[in-house]
Amino acid sequence: MARAKAVFRSILPFLLGLPVLFAIQSVTPPDYALILVSVGVNVVLAVSLNVVNGFTGQFSLGHAGFMAVGAYTAAKITTGLVGVDLPFVPQAFSDQAIFALALSAGMATAALAGFLVGMPSLRLRGDYLAIVTLGFGEIIRSVIENMKTLGQATGLSGLPPRTNLVWVGVSAIATVVMARRLAVSTQGRALFAIREDEVAAEAMGVDTTGYKVRAFVISAAYAGLAGALISHAILLATPRMFTFVRSIEVVVMVVLGGLGSITGSIVAACTLTIALELLREFQAYRMVVYAILLIALMLLRPQGIFGTREIWDLAIVRRLFRTRQLAATGPAGASPTEVRDDSTKGVV
Amino acid sequence: MTEFLQHFVNGLSVGTIYALIALGYTMVYGVLKLINFAHGDVYMVGAFSGYYLGIVGGGGEPSFFRAAYVTLGAMIACALLGFVIERFAYRPLRHRARLTALITAIGVSFLLEYGFQLSPWIRTPVQFPPGPSPRFFPPLIDFGGERSIEVLGATMPKIDLLGLGVALGLMLVLQFIVYRTRFGTAMRAVSFDPQVAGLMGIPVNRIISWTFMLGSALAAAAGIINASSRPKIEPLFGLISGLKAFVAAVLGGIGSVPGAMAGGLLLGLTEEYVAGYTDSSYRDAIAFTVLILVLLIRPAGLFGRVTVEKV
Repeated sequence: MARAKAVFRSILPFLLGLPVLFAIQSVTPPDYALILVSVGVNVVLAVSLNVVNGFTGQFSLGHAGFMAVGAYTAAKITTGLVGVDLPFVPQAFSDQAIFALALSAGMATAALAGFLVGMPSLRLRGDYLAIVTLGFGEIIRSVIENMKTLGQATGLSGLPPRTNLVWVGVSAIATVVMARRLAVSTQGRALFAIREDEVAAEAMGVDTTGYKVRAFVISAAYAGLAGALISHAILLATPRMFTFVRSIEVVVMVVLGGLGSITGSIVAACTLTIALELLREFQAYRMVVYAILLIALMLLRPQGIFGTREIWDLAIVRRLFRTRQLAATGPAGASPTEVRDDSTKGVV
Repeated sequence: MTEFLQHFVNGLSVGTIYALIALGYTMVYGVLKLINFAHGDVYMVGAFSGYYLGIVGGGGEPSFFRAAYVTLGAMIACALLGFVIERFAYRPLRHRARLTALITAIGVSFLLEYGFQLSPWIRTPVQFPPGPSPRFFPPLIDFGGERSIEVLGATMPKIDLLGLGVALGLMLVLQFIVYRTRFGTAMRAVSFDPQVAGLMGIPVNRIISWTFMLGSALAAAAGIINASSRPKIEPLFGLISGLKAFVAAVLGGIGSVPGAMAGGLLLGLTEEYVAGYTDSSYRDAIAFTVLILVLLIRPAGLFGRVTVEKV
């Protein structure tokens, strides 16, 4: 019974979301479609990064690298199979099926890359992940720029236009459902335990490396999905789309929204994307503003806008949907930027 | 043989740069247990302050005094920058969660990288910020006649040899400071256990400030040495060098001063030999591979001690 309820809870957002998405898709003029696509893609990115940076308290700086892996894999598949039709089905359906295959392949390769990067760096405690993922992002770019089959610096162009608002919306819903289900699962509790105190978690028998790597792989897979989606929306995959700047943009979203809060990530992703769209003439100052935002947030409000609070933990929402609160302890503990760390306790 | 020797010289020249930057990473990590993300950018600022000092003063004629003035000036400027960064960005967060300091460090790093890429506000006497396009570092020393000497067929630019000498000299000075002076002793005490060091009457805050200044000055020297041999400088060039220097610090054992020197030289040589004898287009990937291997095989690094964490 409980299991059926859980499955239902996971499917319900899609059932409710799909008609809305098709409606949005049919009424949105093409000019605005791209903005909505980038909002959706950023939601996928921010929420998935939150699984690593917020839930687990590690710090990844290489989301763009995994996006690139996903984007190039998917682009290779869709451009390779551009004239191919599946037998016995209409062409439109065949195209969509191939795109679904490409997205899954993008997620799979990004997950593999995540495993290769995460395994060595997550065995250790400390900030190694940040620097390894930063390096990974730079390396993947230089690899692409040197590979003939990946189009080198000019990248791959002429991708079939497959991304639409339904695909993006479904991906965003899938990411949020994933994060939410993860947070209430055993796996999620283990992640929170690692975030609160890694030593204690290990002493309690939590396989810290295993859980950290799994969270990282999941997060990388969704980053790959986001990369595949955005490249099939602007019909282009170039190394310039997946620079360090892109990774930081996602980090800023997650930190601003609150490390550990899915709601925060969604709100920050939407706000920042739309704000950037409106402030196009100040592009040059974008990174400087991000930098100042990061420093100011850490000095003044380290937990971000939402901390670890979620909109569905609000009393009014709970009464409306009669959902249970996470365990008896309330929301998912403290944000990783909020708690005091004991490793620096000695420094006066 | 000639090729081997040539790679050796080149590798040593790059390796000393990595070593000088890595020293800053490792010392700061020693006292604060923080990866100072902004350190690579301090190195970049060092090169730029040398560039500006070269324009503003120094008479224009390349000479020994001009080189000394530019190098020392840049080292002082970066020491001040290091002090400011520590005082205003890191110190207020020292009692907070570890992640806040890391995020702030990333923020500071960006602020330097992208702040320097803005189009100039100040136009005279120098254009600041320098903007995104590369600038060319003025020659500091005129060697007259031959610019390089040949040993066994390998070309050794005199400027590289001088840079190598200066870098090794600075490392010796640092070795002296860390192991032979009161400040060095205090620094090692703080990195051993800050709380007990404080109880023993060591001014922990001041020591941390000085450590930052020392590391930043070394990074500035590295910036000048690198720029006088490879004169193209731009605001983003600290990112990759900083990353590689961090790899060097981890390779030598992060927190260990001799480790950073050895790690830097070793990384420079590895990179040069691997890139020289195989495909050089993946040059930047070599350091990254080294990092992954070190983390997998010996996370404590060559000189680091494997410590048991006590709770």
